[in-house]
This record gives sequence, structure tokens and C-alpha cells, in this order.
Amino acid sequence: MATEFHNLQELRHSASLANKVFIQRDYSEGTTCKFQTKFPSELESRVELTLFEETVKTLNNFYAEAEKIGGQSYLEGCLACATAYLIFLCMETRYEKVLKKIAKYIQEQNEKIYAPRGLLITDPIERGMRVIEISIYEDRGSSGSSSSSSSVSGSTAR
Amino acid sequence: MSAVMITRKVRKWEKLPGKNTFCCDGRVMMARQKGIFYLTLFLIIGTCSLFFAFECPYLAVHLSPAIPVFAVLLFLFVIAMLLRTSFSDPGVLPRALPEEANFIEMEIEAANGNVPSGQRPPPRIRNVQINNQIVKLKYCYTCKIFRPPRASHCSICDNCVDRFDHHCPWVGNCVGKRNYRYFYLFTLTLSLLTIYIFAFNIVHVVMRSVDQGFLNTLKETPGTYPLNMNTFLLVCFFTLWSMVGLTGFHTYLISLNQTTNEDIKGSWSGKNRGQNPYSHKNIIKNCCEVLCGPTYPSKMCYHDDLGVICFSLFLTSFSACFPQKTTAPLIPNEHTPDDVKPSIAAEKSSGPKDDQPPAAKLPPLASPETDAETSIAKNQ
Repeated sequence: MATEFHNLQELRHSASLANKVFIQRDYSEGTTCKFQTKFPSELESRVELTLFEETVKTLNNFYAEAEKIGGQSYLEGCLACATAYLIFLCMETRYEKVLKKIAKYIQEQNEKIYAPRGLLITDPIERGMRVIEISIYEDRGSSGSSSSSSSVSGSTAR
Repeated sequence: MSAVMITRKVRKWEKLPGKNTFCCDGRVMMARQKGIFYLTLFLIIGTCSLFFAFECPYLAVHLSPAIPVFAVLLFLFVIAMLLRTSFSDPGVLPRALPEEANFIEMEIEAANGNVPSGQRPPPRIRNVQINNQIVKLKYCYTCKIFRPPRASHCSICDNCVDRFDHHCPWVGNCVGKRNYRYFYLFTLTLSLLTIYIFAFNIVHVVMRSVDQGFLNTLKETPGTYPLNMNTFLLVCFFTLWSMVGLTGFHTYLISLNQTTNEDIKGSWSGKNRGQNPYSHKNIIKNCCEVLCGPTYPSKMCYHDDLGVICFSLFLTSFSACFPQKTTAPLIPNEHTPDDVKPSIAAEKSSGPKDDQPPAAKLPPLASPETDAETSIAKNQ
């Protein structure tokens, strides 16, 4: 039976946390922030592959934009250095601006896509940008057999 | 009598189990041992004060007033860089919360399969390929995470630090991804300042000797031993060589995009070890990445701005006597999510444990929600 929630508030009040899935970092291109787009098996019955991939790819693009080393970052760096980095008292760094965009995007995705399916994405910055944590909720009314399957063997091959 | 409810968000840095001290609501983050940092400050401020007090008037009058002005600007820049390096979060990686730690444990066990009893399980290593180079990611038993590439665990601060360079006692903090450029600028400008002061000291002595003779000049050096100009000249001389050497070494590391940690361990040197996968193979690109790259956000301190420097300095010295590693009194209330309440109760009962050995005895990072809202009811 698919659990359905109409919004985030309903999710928080009437659901119980069944399990959490962690999307790990993809280090194939170095230390830049990028997450793996591999679809975890626990989410197969919950959300479509395309939606999930779309979310992760958009997040990766945001982080790539924040960490891009180009004209704007040089300008910001040189200007900041010339003012002994005091300019950051008045100005927000580019990374912080992008982080705000990311937070908004995640909020929007949660409201539109994930909460109605009983899932919740946590902003990676809350987990030290190591993982994207996806919480899987079960409806309290239908608890019992479905929540006992939360002991996942974690057998996703690497 | 009315009850006043004060809602207070518990910040991430307040729950950090590492050996750091925090001031100014998380704006200032330093290691516990700060003695050598105060020595550094004393030496820099002391030497420069003597220079400004005794040499600058003569030089301003006989040579140019631009000399002390430039010295003041350089001095202020050095102090700003030193404070920025010392007070910034170096790039501490928060420890894994229990669910994440369990998830990783289960993955490791699944990967290892059945280990016969009596045999040691294989070391916890993950291999990743970065730019055609296999890099091993080690598991940190303290932080319960697989360390990202270039991260390392600092035993002095008891934290994993991203792009860990080294722990600098002179600066009283680790040097990592977030504060490496400030550290480099500090060493560079301090070398310049030391050379500048030393050079103008010699100019001053020479000019006076021309007027009065060398021995008379030395006799007139103000102050009494050991706090006279000669002692500080000596300090300047030795500082100069060590600072120039250190700056040169870090310039070399930056041009190769390596960290001190990697250099010491010899990760990318020698034929068998392979090429550095992080280097762009271009000196200018490497320098630009390290020095002009993006300013990374702190994962611990949301208020990590330069803030009120002097005030924080005062507070740091004051709080050195009373190390602040407070855990806020957490009282579950109706707004606390259900899954947070039992862990908050556990944290409250265990209480702050500042003087006990770290890691094992400290209460675990309690809540899945990082900012649990707490309320402290007060009766007025």
C-alpha cells in the first residue's frame, strides 16, 4: 500500500521514521562536491528514477557553479585580499549565495515531489556535505509489517 | 508572575565533541592550547611597537613619512591575517550521526562478507579513482566516516579536517581548506614585514653612525636590556630566516597543489607512488586554485565571519581561563520532534564532560535534527 501525504506538515505529524538512505559523494573528478547518481534500492518502490536523478543532477550543478574557478572567483578573491578580507563583513560570498539557492530548491523538491511520497531530503550542508540523507517515512496507521522491513542489508554493490 | 519562554537554537558547534574552544557565539574557533599563539602575538606587536616608537620618528623626518605609513598598513594586514587564520574554522568535518554511522557499518560488513572468528577483519579502506589515479579513502574510527580525499584527522584538535595541511601551534589552530590562504598570506606578509623592519633598522643605524659614529649610536639605543632594540633586532633576524624559509616552502607546495601532510608522507613523490591527481600540471592554475578559489562555507559555525576582531581577541584571552565547551541545558518540549526527545534526555543526563578523555566518553551527537529547538522557562 503506497503511503501518501499531502504536505510536509502532515508528513511530520502523522508519519514515523522508518529508514534513512545516504547518497554518497562521487570523488571521480577530485575533491569538488558531487554526489553519486546511483539509484538506491530502498527508494525503488517510492519514487521514479528520473525524478531522483533530476534532483541529484541539479544539486550537482549547483555545487559545480559554487565551486567554479573562473573570472568571478578570481575577482572576489583579489578584492577580498586587497581589503584584508574585511569585505566579507558586508558582502556574501558566492558560495553562500548558492547555498541559499540550494536550500530553497531542496525545500521546493520536498514539498512538490518527495513529501507526497513519504520521503524527506536533508540539505547536505547539515551533514557536512558528505551525504544526501533521504528519510523514508511510514504512515503510522499502516505501521507494523512495513516498518519492520527497515533493517536493510545494504547490499548495494559498489 | 509570568513565565517567559526563551527559545534557543542549539548550534552545531555547541555539540562538536572535538577539542576546540569557541567564542562569540561560534564566530571564533580555536584549538585548546593557545599559549604559543599569545607568544606569536606578543612578538609581532612588541617588535612593531618598538619600531614605531623609536625608529619611525627618525626615519619619517630624515627619509620619508611614507615609511611608517607603509609599515603600519603591513602590520595591520599581518595581524588581520593572523587573527583570521587563528579564529577560522579550518574545514572541520562534522562527525557522522548514529544513523549514518550504522549505514556505513552495514555497508562495510556486507562488503567484507563472513570473516572467520579469530581472524582480523580487513582494514576499512575504500578505493576511488581520481584522474586515473587510485586514491585510498581511510575510515576514521573517531568520526565514523570514510575521510574524503585529502582530509586527515588532527589528533590535537580531535577532528577530521578537510584538505588538512598541518596543525600550527604558532597560530593556535589547524590549517586546512578554509584557512590555508590566510595562513599563507600571513607567512608571506610577516616575512615582508620582518624584512622591512630589519632593513630600516640597519638604515637607521647606518644613518646615525654617519652623524655620530657607530659606537655612540649603539650606546644610545633606547630601553634597558633585555627589552631594548638590540634584543628585538636579534629576534627579527632569526624570525626573518624561519619565516622566509616557511613562505618559500609553502609557495613550493602551492605551485604543486600539495599539502604539508602529503609532502611529509610522500604520497605523490617517488616513482612508485604516482602523480598528484589534484594538480593541474600548471603552476599558475595551481596557485589560482589555492589562493583565489571559492571561499568555502563552514560546516560547523554558521556565523563564521571576521566579526569583531578586537572584541573576540579580548574574549579569547579572557576565556582561556574558562574554556567554553558548553552544552546548552536541553529540556524537551512539545515542539521537539518525537525522535529527538529520548536522545535529548540522554544528553542532558550525561551532562558536560570537559575534563574527561574525549571521544569514547562524550555523549553522542544526539539528534537527527541538528538545530533542536529548546526552551528554557524562566519565572520572573
